[in-house]
Amino acid sequence: MQMTGAEIFVKALADLGVDVVFGYPGGSTIHIYDALFKNVKVRHMLCRHEQGAVHMADGYARASGRTGVCLVTSGPGATNTVTGLATAYMDSIPIVVFSGQVPTLMIGNDAFQEADIVGISRPCTKHNYLVKETKDLARIIKEAFYIASTGRPGPVLVDMPKDVLAASARYDLPKEVSLRGYRPTYEGHQRQVESAVRLLLSKERPVVYAGGGVILSNASGELAELSRSLSLPVTTTLMGMGAFPGSDPLSLGMLGMHGTYVANMAISHSDVILAVGARFDDRVTGKISEFAPHAKIIHIDIDPTSIQKNVRVDIPIVGDVKDVLQKMIKLVKGKKEATAFQGKTAAWRGQIASWAKTHPLTYKPSKGKIKPQYVVEQIHKLTKGKAIIATEVGQNQMWAAQFYSYEQPRTFLSSGGLGTMGYGLPAAIGAQVAMPGSLVVDIAGDGSIQMNIQELATAVQYRIPVKVVILNNGTLGMVRQWQELFFDGNYSQTCLPRIPDFVKLAEAYGAKGFRATKQEEVPEVLRKGFAADGPVLIDVFTDPGEMVYPMVPAGAGLTEMLLV
Amino acid sequence: MRHTISVLVENEFGVLSRVSGLFSGRGFNIESLCVAETMEPQVSRMTIVTSGNDQIVEQILKQLNKLVPVLKVIDFTGVDTVDRELVLVKVNAEGDGKQEVLRLVDIFRARIVDVAPRCYTIEMTGGEGKVMAFLQMLRPLGIREVVRTGKIAISRGM
Repeated sequence: MQMTGAEIFVKALADLGVDVVFGYPGGSTIHIYDALFKNVKVRHMLCRHEQGAVHMADGYARASGRTGVCLVTSGPGATNTVTGLATAYMDSIPIVVFSGQVPTLMIGNDAFQEADIVGISRPCTKHNYLVKETKDLARIIKEAFYIASTGRPGPVLVDMPKDVLAASARYDLPKEVSLRGYRPTYEGHQRQVESAVRLLLSKERPVVYAGGGVILSNASGELAELSRSLSLPVTTTLMGMGAFPGSDPLSLGMLGMHGTYVANMAISHSDVILAVGARFDDRVTGKISEFAPHAKIIHIDIDPTSIQKNVRVDIPIVGDVKDVLQKMIKLVKGKKEATAFQGKTAAWRGQIASWAKTHPLTYKPSKGKIKPQYVVEQIHKLTKGKAIIATEVGQNQMWAAQFYSYEQPRTFLSSGGLGTMGYGLPAAIGAQVAMPGSLVVDIAGDGSIQMNIQELATAVQYRIPVKVVILNNGTLGMVRQWQELFFDGNYSQTCLPRIPDFVKLAEAYGAKGFRATKQEEVPEVLRKGFAADGPVLIDVFTDPGEMVYPMVPAGAGLTEMLLV
Repeated sequence: MRHTISVLVENEFGVLSRVSGLFSGRGFNIESLCVAETMEPQVSRMTIVTSGNDQIVEQILKQLNKLVPVLKVIDFTGVDTVDRELVLVKVNAEGDGKQEVLRLVDIFRARIVDVAPRCYTIEMTGGEGKVMAFLQMLRPLGIREVVRTGKIAISRGM
């Protein structure tokens, strides 16, 4: 059956089960928009900025596990997606971005709204394509979704020249994808797994270090089963929040620069680390030469390049986290070695419990000021830990990670690797679209929120009931914190004197605005805001001087924590 | 340590920039790089000479393998190989120098491929040591220009 490229595009998306596309139209994609107009299966959501569109696709993917889809035009439309692509790439999030391109014959001529987006996006995509002929379009779309969602997931960009979309070809969506250069390893090597278990059971001070890979692999159940059957303490990375229940007695919380005292002490004094779908990022390890000096390291990762990249690993296991954990469980579950191991590691767990007890996460209340940590605690209390929390980047992100207990995977959405300010609101919108029955809250700062605040219009237009809580301290708090600690308190360019009035702004967009300026108002304002219909913005005036603790200064070892 | 890496890739548009971008983006070195089609026209072979410590080379090999159009990566370190480079040299050839050039061409089993009134252009193939030695011998005569292909390598027959 002959169809235009634009019709092929829409039909392929529908056939692949895509229910929503986040996008923004333009000259190069106008044929697609015409085809979308006539199609009822694929819903399109009009964003207000292409960066918002990519983050929505990303938030949709993180919350649901399905691949997020974004559609933009050529030139600036495409370049506006770069930050979103890099965000998804760093955090291994499956999204496919489709960009329009100028007609094939004009490529390279500096045509109007031309940008070499395939060249620009090459280092921040898992793979990308320029479609040269209409007959290849369906196959490439199929491949793009396959690459994005398999192996270590990541963003894929497909660039589609206007003439390719206008021309006709037979619709031929392949059933199977065959790429001889792309064959991810899912199954962990059995003998390596056996060695890993042997090593683990031979030690006395074990810690599990779990990252975003556990969530991406849908292996939270396996992680909990393994940890409980061996009484293994578990610390998670920022990306791993929710991979292991925060309220579990074995949970140590987050490790790293702003990790808990107990997590950093445990990892530093451990004699064996089971790293699961984590990549030893510098924000996790601190000074690499002082990282876990006594520990043997077992590293499970689906991406071979993550292994031996930052730290030396004693037992590498390349494979899908879920598969490897299942194999490990089979080797230990109900075995007497497991019981013996639990016995000999009891003293270690006692040590951990005392670290947790002496140095819990905490903050000092100060009279007349709202503490941001208190606000996050109240959000947790009000939502009973069941909301999907998106964050912006900076102090708000760290407090959201520290003072909200995540019990389920896919409930904490945050730009961990790239640290993209402006991520939270669009990601929350995308998550809400994917999970209409959930309460979705963006914990924001007054700096970050302004980087994509225009997406409030999208939320209002489509009646997406996200709740934004701004921890409004009138500063770019995390940079200010560094200036306070390491730059003599020179608050260079970090003051945002509470501009704009977010309540009025919310109302101008047609959303509801609430404000709290006193601590005692916070619970009630949050309750009212979360109960209100539609998108809501809650502006909370927090203490500008509050800092995120514990803190491991950049370049220091994990045990050198600054505490409250 | 230097490594010669042979990379089989899909012969498609953009693949060279994926490989070179990987090296530049991650701060790896490329000392030389040769690309051409293989017997199978859809597949090209790149021969890359790079250097780095074991950890860096391990990353290079893994990162190359991770690229979608890369089909196979072979590190020739520790493998018995034949390697060759082709070099074209334009060298001064005047007076007594002419005889010296001819003598060196003979010794190194090179060939003169172009003759002009005051210079000869020589074609020479060989391993790295031979190429370096040849250039060193020609230098006193006055080398005007050198063009080298970079190394290609093949494992010895089994």
